[in-house]
Amino acid sequence: METRMLNVRINGRAYEVPEGITILKAAQEYANIDIPTLCYLEGISEEGACAICVVEVKGAKNLQRACVVKVTDGMEVWTNTARVREARKLNVELLLANHPTDCFTCEKNQICRLRELAAEVGVREVEFPRTRSEWLPFDETSLSLIRDPNKCVLCRRCVNVCAKVQSVYAIDIVGRGSNSMVSTFLDEGLGNVECVNCGQCLLVCPTGAITERSEIPGVWKALGNPDKVVVVETAPAVRVAIGEEFGMPDGTQATGKMVAALRGLGFNQVFDTDFSADLTIMEEGYELIGRLKNGGTLPLITSCSPGWIKFAETFFPNVLDHVSSCKSPQQMFGTVTKTYWAEKMGLDPRNVVVVSIMPCTAKKFEKERPEMKTAFHYWQEKLGLRDDEAFNDVDYVLTTREAAQMIRESGMDFANLPDEEFDRPLGESSGAAVIFGATGGVMEAALRTGYEVLTNRTLEKLEFEDVRGLAGIKSAEVDIDGTILRVAVANGLGNARALMDQVQKGESPYQFIEIMCCPGGCLGGGGQPISDHPDVKQRRAEAIYREDAGKPIRKSHENPEILEIYKEFLGEPNSEKAHHLLHTEYCDRSCD
Amino acid sequence: MKSLEELKRIKEETLKEMDLRQAKERGKIVVAMGTCGIAAGAKDTLLSIIDELDKQGIHDVKVVQSGCMGLCDREPTVEVSMKDQPAVVYGDVDDANARRIIREHVGAGKVVADLVIKRENI
Amino acid sequence: MIRNELLICAGGACITSGEKSVKDALIEELNSHSIQEEVQVIETGCMGACDLGPIVVVYPEGTFYQKVTPETARLIVSEHLVKGRVVESLLYTEPETQQKVASGAEIPFYTRQVKRVLRNCGVIDPLSIEEYIARDGYFALATALEMSPEDIIGVVTESGLRGRGGAGFPTGFKWKATRDAKGSPKYVVCNGDEGDPGAFMDRSVLEGDPHSVIEAMTIAGYAVGAQRGYMYVRAEYPLAIERFEWALRKAREYGFLGENILGSGFSFDIEIRIGAGAFVCGEETALLRSIEGKRGTPSVKPPFPAQAGLWNRPTLINNVETYANIPQIITKGAQWFRSVGSPKSPGTKVFALAGNVQNTGLVEVPMGTTLRELVFDIGGGIPGGKKFKAAQTGGPSGGVITADYLDMPIDFDTVKELGTIMGSGGLIILDEDSCMVDVAKFYLGFTVDESCGKCTPCREGTRQMYHTMERICEGKGRDGDIEQLSRLAEVVRDTSLCGLGQSAPNPVLSTLRFYQDEYRAHIYDKKCPSHVCKHLLTYSVSADKCVGCTACARQCPSHAISGEVKKAHVIDQSKCSKCGTCYEVCRFGAIQKE
Repeated sequence: METRMLNVRINGRAYEVPEGITILKAAQEYANIDIPTLCYLEGISEEGACAICVVEVKGAKNLQRACVVKVTDGMEVWTNTARVREARKLNVELLLANHPTDCFTCEKNQICRLRELAAEVGVREVEFPRTRSEWLPFDETSLSLIRDPNKCVLCRRCVNVCAKVQSVYAIDIVGRGSNSMVSTFLDEGLGNVECVNCGQCLLVCPTGAITERSEIPGVWKALGNPDKVVVVETAPAVRVAIGEEFGMPDGTQATGKMVAALRGLGFNQVFDTDFSADLTIMEEGYELIGRLKNGGTLPLITSCSPGWIKFAETFFPNVLDHVSSCKSPQQMFGTVTKTYWAEKMGLDPRNVVVVSIMPCTAKKFEKERPEMKTAFHYWQEKLGLRDDEAFNDVDYVLTTREAAQMIRESGMDFANLPDEEFDRPLGESSGAAVIFGATGGVMEAALRTGYEVLTNRTLEKLEFEDVRGLAGIKSAEVDIDGTILRVAVANGLGNARALMDQVQKGESPYQFIEIMCCPGGCLGGGGQPISDHPDVKQRRAEAIYREDAGKPIRKSHENPEILEIYKEFLGEPNSEKAHHLLHTEYCDRSCD
Repeated sequence: MKSLEELKRIKEETLKEMDLRQAKERGKIVVAMGTCGIAAGAKDTLLSIIDELDKQGIHDVKVVQSGCMGLCDREPTVEVSMKDQPAVVYGDVDDANARRIIREHVGAGKVVADLVIKRENI
Repeated sequence: MIRNELLICAGGACITSGEKSVKDALIEELNSHSIQEEVQVIETGCMGACDLGPIVVVYPEGTFYQKVTPETARLIVSEHLVKGRVVESLLYTEPETQQKVASGAEIPFYTRQVKRVLRNCGVIDPLSIEEYIARDGYFALATALEMSPEDIIGVVTESGLRGRGGAGFPTGFKWKATRDAKGSPKYVVCNGDEGDPGAFMDRSVLEGDPHSVIEAMTIAGYAVGAQRGYMYVRAEYPLAIERFEWALRKAREYGFLGENILGSGFSFDIEIRIGAGAFVCGEETALLRSIEGKRGTPSVKPPFPAQAGLWNRPTLINNVETYANIPQIITKGAQWFRSVGSPKSPGTKVFALAGNVQNTGLVEVPMGTTLRELVFDIGGGIPGGKKFKAAQTGGPSGGVITADYLDMPIDFDTVKELGTIMGSGGLIILDEDSCMVDVAKFYLGFTVDESCGKCTPCREGTRQMYHTMERICEGKGRDGDIEQLSRLAEVVRDTSLCGLGQSAPNPVLSTLRFYQDEYRAHIYDKKCPSHVCKHLLTYSVSADKCVGCTACARQCPSHAISGEVKKAHVIDQSKCSKCGTCYEVCRFGAIQKE
């Protein structure tokens, strides 16, 4: 059906725009006018709360909100009158009046939308005093995120993302009028409610109201401690995004520079989480084969996304037996480093510090899970350690942003660093590992290995296009020598919920499901550089698949370092030792 | 509730019960209820009047009480003032006389001459 | 054989004034005189003259007894009913002539009113569906079900009825838009949230004549094609909820609600939804969100409820008073409706007359009635011999009408020109002792409290305006404050998401327009000309009146008064906290307040 075209005049000029378009989009796409917005987030938050995008419309008594009002035939819009400018300025002033004035030290001061907006509309003076009498307490209950309600401008983007995209509903507006604020159930704090730590709220917050819990000081301290061997692992999604923090184009493959920069920071070894991603595929691939052959619980569901894991534990505790018992690559890496590698290098594991750089805020929570002290249990008897001397498998988690911050603090000119290589032996990885960073990547990696192991043949085409792309739910049928394997991929917890509702009812048509907590997969994680470019995720995904295509080894089971670790240390996939070290358990959080 | 007819029926019946609240424009009947009146049986007179009005289907005439009218030896006394007509005071109004007054004066418009004890000057 | 009926006003105000004990006393006294079989006692809805309550009207005489107490109630029985002697002391007295008025119909408060919406209030027992039917109740529904929905909408449109909730939107237009909208199922909603302080028109209709709204909603459902109706009442109206619930039950019993109403094939029913203490839920989209179980915050319009309302379906939402007009429009026709009122605002309006006026209460008058008639003829003028200063209309969304406009006919359009709105009908009369800055501040404070907080201009803007008003009333006003208030008012009005914010600046704008001199006095002279704003008052002792009794000095919480016994006292201004205690306790009128 053809879309009807409407006639509209914007600032006196005539345009033809499709029916159904908002004034905002019409101005942007047809008249090259960027009407300033604050609370608007397409498809997610369209509430008309901030009153910044107001425009004059002929015949309308009041100013209209460009972000939600649709163009009508013959409409006349003025985006730049004195009345409009005054309204925008005053509304920004009103927000600034009650906003904290610590911009110099606020960690979001380079990307703060409010600061940018004030400059855009030309506020030079705030004639209004602060009317809030109290300073609201910070919410520091979460291991991943910190909320400062004083910086909140009540745009409601976080609430809408948590509700509509993630279907977690951990936060909402509480109170009324000028006493309203974003909060959790009975103000208990993010750490005490259903929050899964995904950080999607952080990504959309226009001010410094939501930030991650910084672990930079601890990492600097470790790096400066000569007694410690500080090792860093980096997730696949980090390398295609970190360049954005240094002004490089979206989707730059900055792997080599990232390694160089981290080495420049002083890490003793720069390893690659992709190595343990290959490890994960080995363990999970054989787990799937096992369940398929022995009538195990199906569908099998991936488990490398800690936001997804907490979501499952909270909302679907009855079907946790579907979730793979494999740890995430981050955690497998920590365990392997402090056991296999420490042993190999003759190091006391207590002196090994594992730092991971992740696109994820939930990983800060994951590393503290009580069961993630496998290396300690491995060493406890040998070293005669007491229970209270327990140490984590992973000591620090830095988001991509935090890593970039440390690189900035050290003064390195990231964009011009020469490429360097990861250290061995935990730095070799296949293309299958790098695609973990995109939604559908784990699925594709698992299929590459699973297919070849089950059929004993080589795959002709390594790319499984059906599971690629940013669609919320993808599904495919893979023919494995006559047996059809039905698989599905979901990214974003709202989509995960849809698939899990089926599993809960016992109606799932799939045998293997990949679930990623964040829209787009890890490349859209809560720890990634904050960007308002509409196609940034697309660019990052393309970079990831380019990286995969350019790798000499493209399948996890062909990674020589993987073969070696099994030969030397683990035995076989799913062996008892592999189970002790590389697998984990989950708990029912539904009543927390 | 099935029809308009049923509605009308309920309306008619209830109006009768709400009779006392209706505007009664055609006339007013005042029954003297001073101590002497009550002693002479004015209370029963009042009830008889109301009953007869109902029997005759007359709903546009008000019946009220007043204190002593002054004509104590002819109690019970009743004043009838129909619209646009001079007021008439009747004496010795017992049950039978009350009903006569309603039928003949209020209903048929004919003053019951033999019971009249006072007339408004024409 | 019933020979008398005692109608007792059981509207909210009278109940608060002790109507129950009056009723109990009447019944007791009737029993003691053994006439309980002859006299029927009926509790009705609000009779409107709230200042005169508790009210008892004796029928068939129509004798109007006011300010009845349990003691005087007994006299009504023993004197009036038993002995036929009217109880003079309970009759209404004309303030100017001092004449006693026996018949309710002749009290000036009532003679000027045209009771259409309030036709049954104070006349019938609201719990009796039969009495409603006796007064032509449900005849409109029967008639409407024989008409086509288009014809019904045609009559409503022709009548020119405009929304009585305050916006004055043409009702027929709204009904047509809802009927024409695509989507199903459709809904009919009645807005009974009535949040304006001092407004109780809708409450009185719901308490006194609930069937009129039920009948109207059913007709509306038939007209727009809806089968479900929602009556949204604020939680602070428990009596209205109770009576409406009872009425719903009765209506279902009689087949006016439910399946196949009156054999027409049309089915309709109504559910009550109770509010939760938010003024903003009187805004139509916030109300609909509230019914859906969500936070009551307004949504962007368009789409309007007629296109996408409850659960995104076409929804008709009208005010209680608007609905109460519908049955008579159907039975008596559009021309009858237009026979009173003004051409662009036909019909009547119910006002809640309150403030500095003799006769406070509920009045219904034709649109186009002048303010003078309302205040002086119906309202009985200003008590205490004071002068009329202004009338505040429309609650927190409205402004003031000054004495210069006393002869202006009041309808939707005329009040707009004066910078105020009709609103839901609250009409507060202010006398010469009122401080207009204080009045504006009061309403602004209400709006600040009730703002939902979603949009920046209302949440922050009204708060800033209130902050400035507070400073002004505390004597901390500054040069530039009036400009700042105007600047804020403009943008708050222009960019707020809903009517609450859009109209919040009205009280300030209106008083600035007509009483800017009062603002200047507060700001520059640090004085309140009406002696209302506490912080701007100066208390001093008149030496010639002071006898030195020391009462004030002993009571002063700030120990600001000094003086010897039997000698004139003095107040130390630097210590005075302006609490006014000395003014209250001085028995010699020696404390001056200015």
